[in-house]
Amino acid sequence: MSDFTSEFWNWFVGLITVLSIAGCAILLWSQSRYKVTLDENGAPRKTTGHVWDGDLTELNTPMPRWWMGMFWLTIVFGVVYLVLYPGAGTWAGKYGWKATGEYDEEVRQANAAYGPLFDKYLHQDLKQVAADPQARAIGERLFLTYCAQCHGSDARGNKGYPNLADGDWLYGGDPSVIKETIMKGRNGVMPPMGAALGSDKDIENVAHYVRSLSGMAADPIKVSFGKEKFGACAACHGGDAHGNPMLGAPNLTDKVWLYGGSVDTVMETIRKGRNNTMPAWGEFLGEPKVHVLAAYVWSLSNDPRRAAPAREVAAR
Amino acid sequence: MNTPAPKEAVIKMYESRADIHPREVKGRFAALRWAFVWLTQLLFYGVPWLVVNGRQAVLFDLEARKFHLFGLTLWPQDFIYLAALLIICAYGLFLVTAVAGRIWCGYACPQTVYTEIFLWIERRLEGNRSARIRLDRQPWNAEKIARRGSKHLAWGLVALWTGFTFVGYFTPIRVLGDEALRFALGPWEAFWVLFYACATYENAGWLREQVCKYMCPYARFQSAMFDRDTLIVSYDLVRGEPRGVAKSAGAATAKGDCIDCSMCVQVCPTGIDIRQGLQYECIGCAACIDACDSVMDKVGKPRGLVRYSTQTALEERWSGAHIRQRILRPR
Repeated sequence: MSDFTSEFWNWFVGLITVLSIAGCAILLWSQSRYKVTLDENGAPRKTTGHVWDGDLTELNTPMPRWWMGMFWLTIVFGVVYLVLYPGAGTWAGKYGWKATGEYDEEVRQANAAYGPLFDKYLHQDLKQVAADPQARAIGERLFLTYCAQCHGSDARGNKGYPNLADGDWLYGGDPSVIKETIMKGRNGVMPPMGAALGSDKDIENVAHYVRSLSGMAADPIKVSFGKEKFGACAACHGGDAHGNPMLGAPNLTDKVWLYGGSVDTVMETIRKGRNNTMPAWGEFLGEPKVHVLAAYVWSLSNDPRRAAPAREVAAR
Repeated sequence: MNTPAPKEAVIKMYESRADIHPREVKGRFAALRWAFVWLTQLLFYGVPWLVVNGRQAVLFDLEARKFHLFGLTLWPQDFIYLAALLIICAYGLFLVTAVAGRIWCGYACPQTVYTEIFLWIERRLEGNRSARIRLDRQPWNAEKIARRGSKHLAWGLVALWTGFTFVGYFTPIRVLGDEALRFALGPWEAFWVLFYACATYENAGWLREQVCKYMCPYARFQSAMFDRDTLIVSYDLVRGEPRGVAKSAGAATAKGDCIDCSMCVQVCPTGIDIRQGLQYECIGCAACIDACDSVMDKVGKPRGLVRYSTQTALEERWSGAHIRQRILRPR
């Protein structure tokens, strides 16, 4: 009940629930008998006496008795339910049932069933796990459930969401680093550099220089002016612009663009900065699942059958 | 005599149902209804046993999300066809209702069909209307227990077979039958077989006309589809009244054709008197037409004192041909 700062709503809900049931019973009792006027022959009239639009009358034809019996049954059901289950304010119910309790129980059963399997992989090296076809199949399902929303079902990412299948890594491609990323999450920050660089002209020049690093089309004059200003960027991206995996600062020379490589987009990135969050999954999934998941993600850009990580280096 | 009568009385708004024991009726419309009973029930009970291409011909395999209709297999993405089918059925029903009244209720509705079957069983085991009324009043003795018990047993068997057949549309009926014989039904299969068996038993055995009167939404919005040119089962007030038996044949006693034999009331499955005019309880089964026609034949008067007609036709004294012409008018 931490959502509520006082007991008011508990009393509110509980009282309304109980009063509604009592009200239904009273209504049912009072409406099962009805006072009618008699006609000239002394027989009860068949209408309630209410007339609308001149000639529209309301009949008081009795309902079947079993119908009322069913109403009483619903009242009995409601009372029994409220005694056994939580429903009236803070009353927890005789059974002590909780939605979270039911969920926890299911999780417990699932962990008992699948736990040993994940534990087996947890004690293996990540590359060894990645070489196991069953582990990769499990990893793929985990990926499609938890990761595909942002990174795509083919793991090729989207604007702002890194491509995980291209062998290019912001924080390094070692499987243990991937595992750390999934466990603890990442917060990648590119600060807004507009003010530090100066005018729009300067920003445009730097954008052209950055594009030239990947061998993309750029104006040579703007490139030379931009190169002079790049010093402000070198703190994170390095003097050779190869980035810094410790900070998650991207390599700017590899033609891989997280937000797009057009002049306008690069200028926007420089001017306004970027803030990117990878959520932490360690607490939610637990280390055994993350272990299998990390091995799967690593296997997307590496051939796990080869012992040595090959393309990891080539991408640098 | 001089005591002033009370001006007010308290009535109960809920009352127990008065048992209705419809008298057996024979005639054109009863025969038509029985034809529909046979047609619909042969289809319903028979279709699950058909096999096409080594597979149950009609099988709605919910678990595999495959719906087999003879050679055709439909998938969940084909649900649009079901939607279209239901829309066509609904509009078809509305159209038929607007033109010909409650034809569906009277001849083809499962509630009517199963009630007819259950009534037939009741008649075989408990006797005709008067015998059943007698049995009702009789104290509980061996005969009553035997008759009542055998009736409920027979009802239960038909109901169980109906529930079994229904579930047989959703799970292979031969496997289901094998499991049922070995008392090895799965929990859900057993539940649904019993659920539909109970529904059939209750609706056709106990609730009967109450389903039409209190539960059926279709019955309740009839007035939205009826107009003065809709075919209804109706009593010809002009011809029938004043009702009663003429003292001497041929004498100008100013009596109408209705001899007030109350046969139309006795055969009515919903317990109404059709002579009071159009009532929402009337399911249009035309049992009263058959009953009245046979009486008219006996007293030597023309048939059709109670007949399919329309409100306009009754007022304007139209012939049957005129009614048909009116129905087929361009709109």
